Amino acid sequence: MTLTPPGASTRLRVVSVVAAAALLAAVAVTYTVRAVHRAEPIASRSEFALDPGHLYFRSTQAGAGRVARLSASGTGPRTPGGPSCERFYAAGGTALCLLRRPGIPPKSYAVVLDERLREKRRVALTGIPNRARVSASGRMLSWTMFTTGDSYAGGDSSFSTRTSILDTRTGYLVKNMEEIPLTIDGRRYHSPDVNYWGVTFARDDNRFYATVSTKGRTYLVQGDMRKWSARALRENVECPSLSPDNTRLAFKKRVRGGTKDPWRLYVLDLRTMREQPLAERHSVDDQAAWLDNDTLAYALPAREGGRKQDIWTARADGTGTPELRVRGASSPAQVR
Amino acid sequence: MYLATTDAVATAKDKKKGKGAGEGGNAGKGDGRKGKGRGRVTGPVLALGAVSLVTDISSEMVAAILPLYFVLGLGLSPLAFGFLDGLYNGATAFVRLLGGYAADRGGRHKLVAGSGYLLSALSRLGLLLAGGATAGIGAAIAADRLGKGVRTAPRDALISLSSPPDGLGRAFGVHRAMDTTGALLGPLAAFALLWVTADAYDAVFVVSFCFGLFGVLLLVAFVPGRGALPTAPATAPASRPRKALTLLRVPAFRRVCAAAALLGAATVGDAFLYLLLQRRLDFAESWFPLLPLGTAAVYLLLAVPVGRLADRVGRRGPFLAGHGALLAAYVLLLLPTGGRTLLVGVLLALGVFYAATDGVLMALATPCLPEGRRASGMAVLQTGQALSRLLAAAGFGAAWTLWGIGAALTCAALALTVALAGGAVLLRSTEGTPQTTAPALAPTPVPEEPHAPPEKPHAPPEGTP
Repeated sequence: MTLTPPGASTRLRVVSVVAAAALLAAVAVTYTVRAVHRAEPIASRSEFALDPGHLYFRSTQAGAGRVARLSASGTGPRTPGGPSCERFYAAGGTALCLLRRPGIPPKSYAVVLDERLREKRRVALTGIPNRARVSASGRMLSWTMFTTGDSYAGGDSSFSTRTSILDTRTGYLVKNMEEIPLTIDGRRYHSPDVNYWGVTFARDDNRFYATVSTKGRTYLVQGDMRKWSARALRENVECPSLSPDNTRLAFKKRVRGGTKDPWRLYVLDLRTMREQPLAERHSVDDQAAWLDNDTLAYALPAREGGRKQDIWTARADGTGTPELRVRGASSPAQVR
Repeated sequence: MYLATTDAVATAKDKKKGKGAGEGGNAGKGDGRKGKGRGRVTGPVLALGAVSLVTDISSEMVAAILPLYFVLGLGLSPLAFGFLDGLYNGATAFVRLLGGYAADRGGRHKLVAGSGYLLSALSRLGLLLAGGATAGIGAAIAADRLGKGVRTAPRDALISLSSPPDGLGRAFGVHRAMDTTGALLGPLAAFALLWVTADAYDAVFVVSFCFGLFGVLLLVAFVPGRGALPTAPATAPASRPRKALTLLRVPAFRRVCAAAALLGAATVGDAFLYLLLQRRLDFAESWFPLLPLGTAAVYLLLAVPVGRLADRVGRRGPFLAGHGALLAAYVLLLLPTGGRTLLVGVLLALGVFYAATDGVLMALATPCLPEGRRASGMAVLQTGQALSRLLAAAGFGAAWTLWGIGAALTCAALALTVALAGGAVLLRSTEGTPQTTAPALAPTPVPEEPHAPPEKPHAPPEGTP
């Protein structure tokens, strides 16, 4: 390599490196300053409440990073100005907002909001906010955080999840549900590598469904809060979501190995235990939300690329074609 | 940083003048400006250290925020990222061998290492341009890993080629200390950036790219190329990459490789140990990310002193003792001690383990390798160690699942004890051979060569593997 001619004097080299460093520093600083100007302020107050007949979501358009809403009919203007959340869900007069406060190290919180979207309780957590659900009555809350080891000294980059369950009536909080007695194929199962995520509660606020992963496999589990037990129902299912009438379960199912378009949305009829794929043919990496007994909403990466997401809807019976519902939005929650 | 690099140039020039051994005794303080030989780290080593420092800031910045970017920025689950990462980690083993071989061909260490650094720097732009496209992100991560795999062996070969034989431990110690400093600063810089920009991941990518490119520039400007290396490799290296493995015919090198692989196969990954610590101590999870920081801090502080010690008493002792420290960490976790003793003890032991083994192993292997094939040899050694550690992690995970934590850890401790005994036997006669080639640099007072009877701190060798 003769990029540095042997004759180049030390002074010349020092001067050129210092000059290059100055240029690079200028680029870095300029870009950062512009990013600071672009940043949206973090808000904890909301300019609207949880009113029935509205679709709530996290917006990446006007008021990026904050919750916004639309009337359920989809007509009318979009109202920005909700609380700042990374993940949002609401039902039965209770909202759950997962947020992250930057810093060193950054901190995460699960914030419980009342029907006027005012803060009621805040739980400090570690990890990256990922799934959030509120039971239909508003009593049972559950959320999932991804945690990851840092790689300072060559650690591996495996991810694990921490899923919490909060009973807002008693205030009882299960910070990490991994110790729940689990049954797979009729036998008690023990393994240090179990990870739960994506909990959805039934109307009785006791039965719930979730994903558990262990040894590279994922299972759909049905759980019981009072008995504090869980059993696997079927394999290869993630992020369940129970329909309002509690008869069907929507979930994403792995249809391909690897990372290219691995998932597809399915609906499982709990009476017949038959699966039906949705008309959506894109890979969906989201916990779908039921807008009503016939319609599911979910986020997909925006067509135009970039880091935007759009909310799409599809019919739960697998017919029809998917429809773009809200641009620049994620975390849909229909308040009935 | 400028200080370090200008200093590097000064030393590099100093080296050409080739002053005699002179004031050998006062090697202790690093600021002895005119110090030479054993007491001094050469300019190229400092330059390479600076390159690694800057590059590690760049790469750890991205590594620290990539999960966040995936989940919060893109709305994807990070499992896909974990999958990609595992895949590429396997691929780097092969790339590393290629990089070592390419560097040895015609002594193009600087070119090969530089390409690796440049590729990793450019991968940040790839992340920026990929937007949300998973395929693009996958390609960028692959480019980063590729660059890392390619550059490691040529860089270590450069360090060994630019250092006096009796100062290798110290040279690698200085390099690893600077490297770790960068690894500590990177995440801090990234989180600070996210803080002020309210999660502008693209700003982190751009700043990381600037650091990466600066590292490449430092390398181009201050690391000597082919012509300036102390000894241009005259002998034509083997004609095919596969021939790198013929280095294993060198008995001394074969023993070092065998010892490294044997000990590596009993090395449980630190992620497991941190997890065990957390289960035992049950502290708040928000402290969890700080555990590796503690280890890195110990490593950073001890890398240079341990390297110097290795130069003085021979590298075999510290290398084995480092694994002894790892064994101590296992035992601490098995004992019923708790609280602060356990926490501090384990982090300290892990830090000592890294300080006494990472750079020291390279210093240990250097004298066994002909100068013209050093990068290939280091690649073989590092790949062997990495593969055996992979095996150890898989085995430990399986043992944990099958028999529970306590039993798995007991197995690991027993395996490490046996491996230590085996390693002691294997490394018995490796050292001593190289020092005969040491030029007149060596100062008279302290040449304590490890010709002393091989003392065995551990159980008698009941069978070489």
